[in-house]
Amino acid sequence: MSSKREWLETTYKQASERPVRFSTISDMELAALYTPDDAQGGYDQTLANPGEYPYTRGVYGSMYRGRLWTMRQFAGFGLAEDTNARFHYLLSQGQDGLSTAFDMPTLMGYDADHERAQGEVGREGVSVSSIHDMVRLFDKIPLDRVTTSMTVNCSASVLLAMYLIVAEQQGIPWDRVGGTIQNDMLKEFIAQKEWICPPRPSLRIVTDMIEFCARKAPRWHAVSISGYHIREAGSSAVQELAFTIADGICYVEEATRRGLGVDDFAPRLSFFWNIHNDFLEEVAKLRAARRMWARIMKERFGAKNPRSMMLRTHAQTAGASLTAQQPINNVVRVALQAMAGVLGGVQSLHTNSMDETLALPTEQAVTVALRTQQIIAEETGIANTIDPFGGSYAIEALTDRIEHDAMEYIRRIDEMGGMVRAIETGYPQREIAEAAFHYQRQLEKGVKTIVGVNKYSVPEEIPIETLKIEPAIEERQVQRVRKMKRERNSAEVREALARVSEACRSNENLMEPILEAVRREVTVGEISEVFRIEFGVYRDPGWI
Amino acid sequence: MADKRLRILVAKPGLDGHDRGAKIIARALRDGGFEVVYTGLHQTPEMIAEAAVQEDVDAVGLSILSGAHMTLFPEVIKLLKQRGAGDVAVFGGGIIPDDDATKLKQLGVREIFTPGASTEDIVKWVRGNVQARQ
Repeated sequence: MSSKREWLETTYKQASERPVRFSTISDMELAALYTPDDAQGGYDQTLANPGEYPYTRGVYGSMYRGRLWTMRQFAGFGLAEDTNARFHYLLSQGQDGLSTAFDMPTLMGYDADHERAQGEVGREGVSVSSIHDMVRLFDKIPLDRVTTSMTVNCSASVLLAMYLIVAEQQGIPWDRVGGTIQNDMLKEFIAQKEWICPPRPSLRIVTDMIEFCARKAPRWHAVSISGYHIREAGSSAVQELAFTIADGICYVEEATRRGLGVDDFAPRLSFFWNIHNDFLEEVAKLRAARRMWARIMKERFGAKNPRSMMLRTHAQTAGASLTAQQPINNVVRVALQAMAGVLGGVQSLHTNSMDETLALPTEQAVTVALRTQQIIAEETGIANTIDPFGGSYAIEALTDRIEHDAMEYIRRIDEMGGMVRAIETGYPQREIAEAAFHYQRQLEKGVKTIVGVNKYSVPEEIPIETLKIEPAIEERQVQRVRKMKRERNSAEVREALARVSEACRSNENLMEPILEAVRREVTVGEISEVFRIEFGVYRDPGWI
Repeated sequence: MADKRLRILVAKPGLDGHDRGAKIIARALRDGGFEVVYTGLHQTPEMIAEAAVQEDVDAVGLSILSGAHMTLFPEVIKLLKQRGAGDVAVFGGGIIPDDDATKLKQLGVREIFTPGASTEDIVKWVRGNVQARQ
């Protein structure tokens, strides 16, 4: 047999090669062939068996043979009772956990009756202004049996407080309430861009929540360190991995600076990745992520508890990869992305619906998305053995390379003085914008293909049915919030808000005063307004 | 006036943070030879109309992905008129269903670009349809 070099210079050279660029969607070039020569490091050090450090092959000993991933579809629209009905429907269809999408005003810390909420109430998610909305949202859902993920960041402290009060009203102690709140403010400044106050006070609120949950709600994941939005903003796979892990490093540093032991909170840090179109790159990215986090937690932070080193993650197929053109093709994209997620060993997964580039999904589209996961789990057979791509020369070489390149970024961010400094100078933001522009140019030049958009397009699109949100919903919610504000005890509200202000000015953990305020019917917008006054408002620097 | 470079305000109204498209368009318009001002995120219609007047732009491009386009586009047009800048060309893009795009054009939006539009098309459209204000 020839060596790889000889093979490349003879056999491969004599064969034909299509005139295209053989690179991943992130534009990482691939070799024609990977062989045992490309494998670096021994099995024990770089891969190891599932459930063993550095967890490259999976965080759990039996992975999907023990328990399938959680099928968790993100849902939320209109009034709390509309979303509650969708939750009950999804649970009846075999979904395991809930995932809540809030509307933009809730996410940005405005009540439905605020002028900035106009036109946006209940549109991109469910509108929650007060504890009453939260009670309606989880009506007849037992919070000790269903885990919930809440995608909310700058107003997360208020929404977590509301969730815990709902549990309290259901008679469930906080130590039996399980779930996740996204609460990853660093990536907000980098990518998703929902914020109230500047990075440093934002980080303080996040750390208060990590500390509070470690003590009072130990089954709750106080932060879900998210690459999803970084990728959606146009980053490469390596950037997604690097900036997300760098955010994680920053949270661990902050919490340990507070005096928390790393093993007291790190087992409850979880992650959230994007699963994009490039199949091999995505499988490799997820495997590299686990190895990086394990090594960083052990070597950099001296974690002793293996659970502190395990990167457990939710994942979602890439929203930005869906096309408005020939939208039924999106079903196929989502299925392939979901497969990459499963082959990459995720713990929980959301599959996008085919119509999500046009509107919030219809019930039919959501059902197809959920069924996609069920088909992968129970028909394809890929969950029958653990990490089936482990040992693939190509996958292992890509895993090594992605880890190496991501660690380079992390070194650069460390040199800048950490992620907060890097964000303040606009470093990750510019890197992402650059990558997004590069990809757009490649699309327009035809170097990269999107089927149905820059190739195989059709002149006449066949429209599909989409979900419409009635404008009347906004009016109803606005009236409801106004009525609640008129009828509650305003002296108690003022007192509770003063307590939150006071906590903002001191080192006191903010969660207790916020919980108390929520009990007194204080709203998301009112508590966020205290943050605006006490911590200042962050404005988009508008870097192009 | 032939060599006066057109000035374009790229604006991002609403509360959402989806600025990937707005930034790509801003950069493509700049590369296409226009003077571009980008407002940054989370602008109110008042802030956008005010910036359009202050910056003396010839066109305003709005990027909206939040579903609030039927509220925000007409509001910006109304406020521009109130400030005596009704001749500023307003165009935009985002997740905008066809029916809504038709209605928006009747309300004075000059063009709507939907997902998949190339930056080249947008640059070409601006070149062919936006005139320098007198």
